[in-house]
Amino acid sequence: MSRKLKKELLVIIAALAIFFVILIAEHLIHTFSGRKWLVLILYLIPYLMVGYDVLRKAVLGIIHGQMLDESFLMTIASIGAFVTGEPEEAAAVMLFYQIGEWFQRYALGQSRQSIADLMDIAPDYANVERADGTVEEIDPEEIVIGDILVIKPGEKIPTDGTVLSGESMINTAALTGESVPRSASEGDMVISGCVNGDGLLRVRAEKAYEDSTVAQILELVENATEKKSHTENFITRFARYYTPIVVGAAVLLAVIPSLVTGEWMTWIYRACTFLVISCPCALVISVPLAFFGGIGASSKNGVLVKGSNYLELLADIHTLVSDKTGTLTKGDFSVSDILPADGVSGEEVLYAAASAEGMSTHPIAVSIRTKWEESGQTRDLAVITDTDNVSGEGLIATVGEDKIYAGNARLMRDHGIAFTEVDPGAATVIYIAKNDQYLGAVLIRDSVKEDAPQVLDELRSCGVKRLVMMTGDHKNVCDAVAAELGIDEAYGEMLPQDKLSRIEDLLASSDGCLAFIGDGMNDAPTLSRADVGIAMGGIGSDAAIEAADVVIMDDDLSRLPAVIKIARRTVGIARQNIIFALAVKAAILLLGALGLAGMWAAVFADVGVAVLCILNSMRLLLVRRTI
Amino acid sequence: MTMIKKFNCEIDCAACAEKVTDAIRKIDGVEDVSVNFLTQKFKLKAVDDRFDEILEEAIATGKRIEPDFSVER
Repeated sequence: MSRKLKKELLVIIAALAIFFVILIAEHLIHTFSGRKWLVLILYLIPYLMVGYDVLRKAVLGIIHGQMLDESFLMTIASIGAFVTGEPEEAAAVMLFYQIGEWFQRYALGQSRQSIADLMDIAPDYANVERADGTVEEIDPEEIVIGDILVIKPGEKIPTDGTVLSGESMINTAALTGESVPRSASEGDMVISGCVNGDGLLRVRAEKAYEDSTVAQILELVENATEKKSHTENFITRFARYYTPIVVGAAVLLAVIPSLVTGEWMTWIYRACTFLVISCPCALVISVPLAFFGGIGASSKNGVLVKGSNYLELLADIHTLVSDKTGTLTKGDFSVSDILPADGVSGEEVLYAAASAEGMSTHPIAVSIRTKWEESGQTRDLAVITDTDNVSGEGLIATVGEDKIYAGNARLMRDHGIAFTEVDPGAATVIYIAKNDQYLGAVLIRDSVKEDAPQVLDELRSCGVKRLVMMTGDHKNVCDAVAAELGIDEAYGEMLPQDKLSRIEDLLASSDGCLAFIGDGMNDAPTLSRADVGIAMGGIGSDAAIEAADVVIMDDDLSRLPAVIKIARRTVGIARQNIIFALAVKAAILLLGALGLAGMWAAVFADVGVAVLCILNSMRLLLVRRTI
Repeated sequence: MTMIKKFNCEIDCAACAEKVTDAIRKIDGVEDVSVNFLTQKFKLKAVDDRFDEILEEAIATGKRIEPDFSVER
């Protein structure tokens, strides 16, 4: 609680005590029987104690020509109560209004604190090793690229950099939500905002603080509230009309029935209850707070949402278009089968293949070599003297006098090698031949992420109607993966520009919101064209963070349904607040006009509802890490 | 040339933040301004060479409209 809040609370308690003393004196002891002016003056004491600020703001409002602000309306309403001979009510209304306001401020302060805690990933300082070997503690913003940073166990990494020496486990949970630490040793990139484990690291700063991952993330989240959702824009527009309409209604209520009945005091009093309800604050505060809370809760789960509007769209995804490799599949290729030709051993096929691919860094080559190493063979691979890459077909390696052919069917045909064609299914086939003798085929497969089927099920239960997959991979691979996962539509052999035009088609034929999820590589146009572009594995990848609307910091697919659930909850809570606040206000307006609800009820409809709505929005901040 | 600076600020209500923002936006030399009620952040984008002067004027304007508006520098 801030000092200001404490002081306000003391004033409110004192005024409340005085108010009750007067109330008891008046009604139980009948001290002031008949002396109405004395009662009025006495009630003015607590009224002015708590109401001074409101009156002052009302006067300032008039000076600046802003008549319809909350303070002005409260002032008119309470003065109206004094005039109509209800000094007790006037003081009570001002008191309870201020109590409500106080709670509102307190609750908001708490939510701000919770959000700040969620965002507490910024490093406070950096230890820089100077040329003479001394270590100096500086502000992270003073880091210059090339500085040598010393990161002790338990400290936050101040900026992105490369490990020069030391070995440690790094906790990335604050950024990714991922609880398993990553290891870091010499040559590895480390990312700011992560917490160092047990080892001491010396890191070369590769980025200035303001360009570092953590600074970018904080900037994004802070600016996210500036991209308003439809709901928020609706509230802003609504608020603009609500107050003048209610005030207008109050004026009519004070004048018209009075002219008919002649009971001016009754109708002016009723009109004053209208003025008390005329502030839309409950909505103006709680709806943006709900979205802010939703964005905060998402970041806690390792998902950056770059605007309230995207949160709203996430809650309403109809079509989800997904990339394949790295998103639905692991993106690491492995040898699934070896099909040797008659009279050749599997080992011989693999040996030839691994030898031929010995120099290549292509994922397929790596997977073949890995398989060879895993098979427990101790024989050294044959020494290649020359490699000839045949684009789109494979490669031809020269080993001593022999030539090893490794590639697709076309490579075999082009060199007149008789081979047995294999039906590949979801695999990529590499045919292997030595000189003109066919040895066999190696099948290489990228496996589907273990949790992918479950995640897709969850997505469907979150309202996703249409699942589409697009990939640059072969059609047969694409179709097999789609069949395995039960995807509605799959498009293979797509170039980046094909993906973009396909997205256009899908946008045209989709009823609700269309989201695209990819790993952010070569996807930038597609990411920005979709209603919501979601990039995976965003951590450390500036391009993905830049192009996407929603960034999943690691490559855990299950965060997608998690963030959709948060989005749906956020939108739900915002709607609850709108409906609740409007219903209570409408009811009290009606009852007030009929004389069934007095100013006390009106004060509840104003600040009481605001406090309840804020508390409701705060529920979003209680979302524990769901993964 | 313009520059953007961000400050912590104190602002009491969402409506007040709107009013202060609107008034500051009208000041000569101000390119963009935001007063965020939720985050209590004040962001000013203004021409470089007169930035401090404009900042002073912006704060004074804000205070005139909302006495509770204050900027932490």
